[in-house]
Order: sequence, then structure tokens, then C-alpha cells
Amino acid sequence: MKSSLSHSPSSPRTRGSVAEHAEEARSHGHVASGRRAVSLQRALWALLAALALSTAALAAVDPLPFKDRAEELRFQNLTKQLRCLVCQNESLNDSSAPLAADLRRDVFEQMRAGKNDDEIKQWLTARYSDFVLYDPPLRGATWLLWFGPMLVLAAGAGAVFVTVRRRAKATRPAAAATRPTSDLEDDW
Amino acid sequence: MNARLLPLAGFVLVLALLGFGVWWSQYKNPQEVPSPLIGKPAPAFSLPTLDDPERRIANQDLAGQPYLLNVFASWCFACREEHPILSGLGKQLGIKLVGFNYKDPPEDAKRWLAQYGNPYDLVVADLPGDVAIDFGVTGAPETFLVDAQGVIVYKYISPITPNVIATQLLPRIAKMKEAAR
Repeated sequence: MKSSLSHSPSSPRTRGSVAEHAEEARSHGHVASGRRAVSLQRALWALLAALALSTAALAAVDPLPFKDRAEELRFQNLTKQLRCLVCQNESLNDSSAPLAADLRRDVFEQMRAGKNDDEIKQWLTARYSDFVLYDPPLRGATWLLWFGPMLVLAAGAGAVFVTVRRRAKATRPAAAATRPTSDLEDDW
Repeated sequence: MNARLLPLAGFVLVLALLGFGVWWSQYKNPQEVPSPLIGKPAPAFSLPTLDDPERRIANQDLAGQPYLLNVFASWCFACREEHPILSGLGKQLGIKLVGFNYKDPPEDAKRWLAQYGNPYDLVVADLPGDVAIDFGVTGAPETFLVDAQGVIVYKYISPITPNVIATQLLPRIAKMKEAAR
């Protein structure tokens, strides 16, 4: 047990990732508290100013120069289908990790270079495997992922079928004698 | 089988599945994205060295002998955990140790190496992180073993441990040397 643990000693949390940078960057928004003498109105203005500044800073993080709405929509649609490699439950579109920002920039540049969505996905999977796709392709290694739920469903349906049939068989001779046949369906 | 035991059997099945998941999570780190680059030539790159940004290192400069490419950064906490192991056991590998400084301001990287010691024969710097993306790097530390032909033989995500050196790296390096003779 011990040796197997030491084989991969670091949980995802202790492993240094570029996300550590992002955490630091995000916590910079200080809100000036103001002295006691300062009126409430002044404090509110300060708060508003701080908010305006922090949103301006956030907007400056990832300024991709889309030429029109259609291009932006295509970019959003594509990056939503891609997984951030650092925060794996976030899409490339949502993640604030620096690696995600780098990859967004690369995706954008490739869009500009005239590559279609499939080509961009291929470019990414050549580096990060199918793992980067939220919608993995059907192939030998992923058929269980695709059809596993259906197999479980089929097994469940089979179990229900067998049980119902067995019960129906067990009750039929007695039921046929005492009850009208239509009642048999209630056993379902 | 008694039909009344069926729910219990179902519950036990679910419990077994949970147990398997817990057991499996010891061995499987979801952060370890499988690399499609294993068995393929290392991506083409040309990077400045950390010491002298004028001097650039490309694939062909490293060709002809196997090397270990270790992705590190001064901001990476786990790299500090890995560092004494590389410093202590790195020489045992008998191959070139190439440091890959990832998204790190050069002054920070230099200070980090001055403070903890420099186990690398050569350090290349990838400040923008572009070459790292070509290598499929998702963070630091990560380690690539590249053979004399420039093919990536093995990749390890997370800090290197003595166990990884003994069971993963040394046997592969021995095999390479065998093949070279």
C-alpha cells in the first residue's frame, strides 16, 4: 500500500499548476474601507469605483479581437466543447487558468488562419489526446464509455423481464382459478 | 435465489462499485492526461537558454544522445518537492538532464536555481509557454524521457520519486543503451 502511494505521491492539489498563478491574480480586488469619518455616500462611491476597476481588469485578461459577432459565437461554441487541462471540470471557454488562456489564444489564431473546427480539434488532440474533448469519438478504447450505460440498462431490463415472468408463472395457476384474467396485469 | 435478497444484492453491487472506485483512485490520478506523444518524435522547438537568451537550443542540438526533459518553474510548489530527488539521483541516470523552465520570469528561475541548486546540464526557457503546448504540458512538474533518435519514450506527470527513477526511468535508459551498443 505504502509503496503504491509513493508511486504517485502528489494529489492534484499539491501538484503545482499554472492555476496557482490565477488564484493570486484573482484575489487582487481590494475594496477601500474608508475611515470612520467618511460619509456613507463617499464609501459607496469608493465601492463603485473599485468595482468598475476590477471589472475593467477582468475584461483585460483575455482580449481576443473578434472581427464580428459570428466569429465570436463560433469561438464560444468551439471552446465550450473543449476541456481545460488544468481545471478539468471546466471548459476552455470558462477556465481562468493561464494554460486555458494560452490555448484560447491558439484556438483563436488557428481560426484566423482559416482552419475549421475539426482541424483545430485534431491539433489539440495531437497534443493532449481525446481527453481534451468533452465529446470523445467512438473507437476501440471508448466503446464502453459510449455503450456502457445501454448495457446496464439492458441488464436491468433483462432482470425485470425475468422476474416478472417468473412471478407471472408462479401466480398464474392460482390466479386463473380465483381472479379474472384482466387482474393479472395489475401484477406489473 | 430468494427474490427478496435481490435488493440486497443490488446494494452490495453498488457498494462494490464504490469500493472499486476508491481503490482505483489510489493508482489513477485524473490529472495525468495520457500523452499521445509517446513513441513519437519530440515536437520541433528552438528555445533560448536560461543563462544566455542569445543562445538557442533546438532538437538537433540534443540529438545523438538520450536526455531527460524536466518541466519546472519557480512558482511550482511541487517542483520544490521534486528538486532534491533530481539533485540527488539525477546523476545516477547517466543521461543529460535538461531543465525546461515553464512560464517563468528568468530572474525568478535563476534565483530559484541559485537557492536550491542546479541539477541540470542545460536549462531552456519557455516564457510564453508555446513549446510546452506542443509537448502537451498541462503543468509542472512533468518529465519526458527522449531517446538518441529524438523520440519521446516516456512521460511522467507529478514530482519524480526515487521509485519512478528505479522502476520507470532506469530500466528504459538501460534498454536504450543496450540498443545503442
